[in-house]
Amino acid sequence: MSDTPVLALRDVSRTFRISRGLMRGKATLRAVDSVSLQLRRGEVLALVGESGCGKTTLSRILLGLLPPSSGEVLIDGQPMKPADRKARARRIQPVFQDPYSSLNPRKTVAQIVAAPLQVHQVGDPAGRARVVAETLDLVGLPRRVADSYPGQMSGGQRQRVAIARALVMRPEVMICDEPTSALDVSVQSQILNLLLDLQKELGLTYLLISHNLAVVEHIANRVAVMYLGRIVEVAPTARLFAEARHPYTRALLESVLTPEPGLGVPDTHLGVAYPNPIDPPSGCAFHPRCPSVLPICSQVRPQTLRDALGRIECHLHGPAPTGAASAAPQEQPQEHS
Amino acid sequence: MSGGMSPGMGETPLLAVEDLRVDLPLEQGTLHAVRGLSFEVGRGETLCLVGESGCGKSLTSLAVMGLLPRRAKRSARRLSFDGQELLGLSERRMAALRGNRLAMIFQEPMTSLNPAYSIGDQLEEALLCHRRVGRRQARERAVHLLERVGITAAGRRLGQYPHQLSGGLRQRIMIAMALMCGPELIIADEPTTALDVTIQAQILHLLLELKREMGLALVLITHDLGVVARVADKVAVMYAGEIVESGSAVEIFGNPRHPYTRGLLSCVPVPGRTRPGEPLGSIPGIVPSLVGSLEECGFRERCALAQAACRRPVPLHRLEAGRAVRCVLADPAGAPA
Repeated sequence: MSDTPVLALRDVSRTFRISRGLMRGKATLRAVDSVSLQLRRGEVLALVGESGCGKTTLSRILLGLLPPSSGEVLIDGQPMKPADRKARARRIQPVFQDPYSSLNPRKTVAQIVAAPLQVHQVGDPAGRARVVAETLDLVGLPRRVADSYPGQMSGGQRQRVAIARALVMRPEVMICDEPTSALDVSVQSQILNLLLDLQKELGLTYLLISHNLAVVEHIANRVAVMYLGRIVEVAPTARLFAEARHPYTRALLESVLTPEPGLGVPDTHLGVAYPNPIDPPSGCAFHPRCPSVLPICSQVRPQTLRDALGRIECHLHGPAPTGAASAAPQEQPQEHS
Repeated sequence: MSGGMSPGMGETPLLAVEDLRVDLPLEQGTLHAVRGLSFEVGRGETLCLVGESGCGKSLTSLAVMGLLPRRAKRSARRLSFDGQELLGLSERRMAALRGNRLAMIFQEPMTSLNPAYSIGDQLEEALLCHRRVGRRQARERAVHLLERVGITAAGRRLGQYPHQLSGGLRQRIMIAMALMCGPELIIADEPTTALDVTIQAQILHLLLELKREMGLALVLITHDLGVVARVADKVAVMYAGEIVESGSAVEIFGNPRHPYTRGLLSCVPVPGRTRPGEPLGSIPGIVPSLVGSLEECGFRERCALAQAACRRPVPLHRLEAGRAVRCVLADPAGAPA
């Protein structure tokens, strides 16, 4: 039982039909491309990647806000049907990036936090008020703010309200989409501390979507790296930061500007262009930007290698493709920067 | 780099600001958003103004550029560019400097580019306004600079409109536009905050390279301590409309003296330095209201080391060359070591 992942994606894809303009017909955008990913009970799994890589689509599929085009979402090993949205919402809750737009400005804090209880018809008004008060305590908000409106609160307080709203149903999983990137540095640390405390106290499981790799290193147990709809590397956090294997992961890590003067700004050699997702590159989608590109990379899509170190999808690592293998499997051209 | 707040060898600083104040009249009273700011930037130097929302850093940049909203009141003892006093300069004379010898890059490239004009028109306009050149020469310069900022197929881009380009490309175009007239000073307000980490690293790398090549001075306004550490020669930490600490980047990050600077640095997770999962530092409380007069240290109510002397206005104590701290604890005359 405890080994069953609390939430899992099995071979999930999601495509969108995109209009290319007048008279030019529609194109297919594959936002999520055959993704399998497991969220183990009690862990913090981070999902990282550039804008447009499909992180948010993936989180919407997990939340049941968007049905997958193919593949399955499993909760406790059971496939989830679209009709189970309400049951799913009891167990999985979101925290969004921007506490300014994710809270209804016309409702009081108490009304906002109580809304999920009402939707799920939990308890009577008095019982609900008690749960709301307890939840405000949990996220470190004074009870007197219950009658305030979001407009009267600071960014940090609003994000606490958003977390309280997510917690009020006592979910098992929280999907946190950039929970601190709209906040000031000093407020960001308070929210991160709160998320860590809640996780320990309530045994929560988090999927943390973030582009801030320093934050990821601080609170995640495992990291999944996404590129153009594919998960290209998964590894435990410490290992990923010590020895990332995918060239894309390495470029991401090199881009982290830590507050250490004298180190300058690294040249990531990534080139400018994030590829057009409507017309993805052949073979490995990363090959046009890859500093370690091999001839095979533009022709054959790499297979996923699962080993003791984690999971990787790259021709530099992994089962040698049959036939082409003898064609000089070049030394890794570039070890570090 | 001299590392000090004044450029070496007794030259006139390129930009000299003394006792800059910006007041905004509100219904409740006057908001003193910038409260007596002084700094200097020498040729080729990079100064970072760092602080959290509401500290007055963006208004400072607008005040220097003469772009404050109409209702805001600007005053200063001195605000000079290359020895020329900007206070009281006619709008026509100021407009002749702006975009010419003094350029600005804004945070949101989408809102600061005109959606109704092509990239080419907008780039060429800067040069056609300020220099006696023909359209063809202007076009050549635009293509040259687009290539310089790493944009491929530059000729074709000139005919495109802002909405057809990605955020990273737009920000590169903003940089190219700022460079059109070969400015001596660029003021960049959060130029990479809206971008992915990978693009951020590339844009900063590029900005530093161009700066070195062209001997530009740069005032960079940001809340990102990582960016500051990697880019700045000199740093001024702002809090509640004042500079609370200034010095070389090495000094500020290696030996922060003001409790606010120390607090800020303790809030950021640093891979390899902060311990994953451990609570991050935080700064309790909120920023004081700047409406009406504030006759004490603005950080007093949030400061663990506050004492009686903090209830009086605290002057900026000059320590070693180029190092200053606005804190009673840093008073060289008679404070505890």
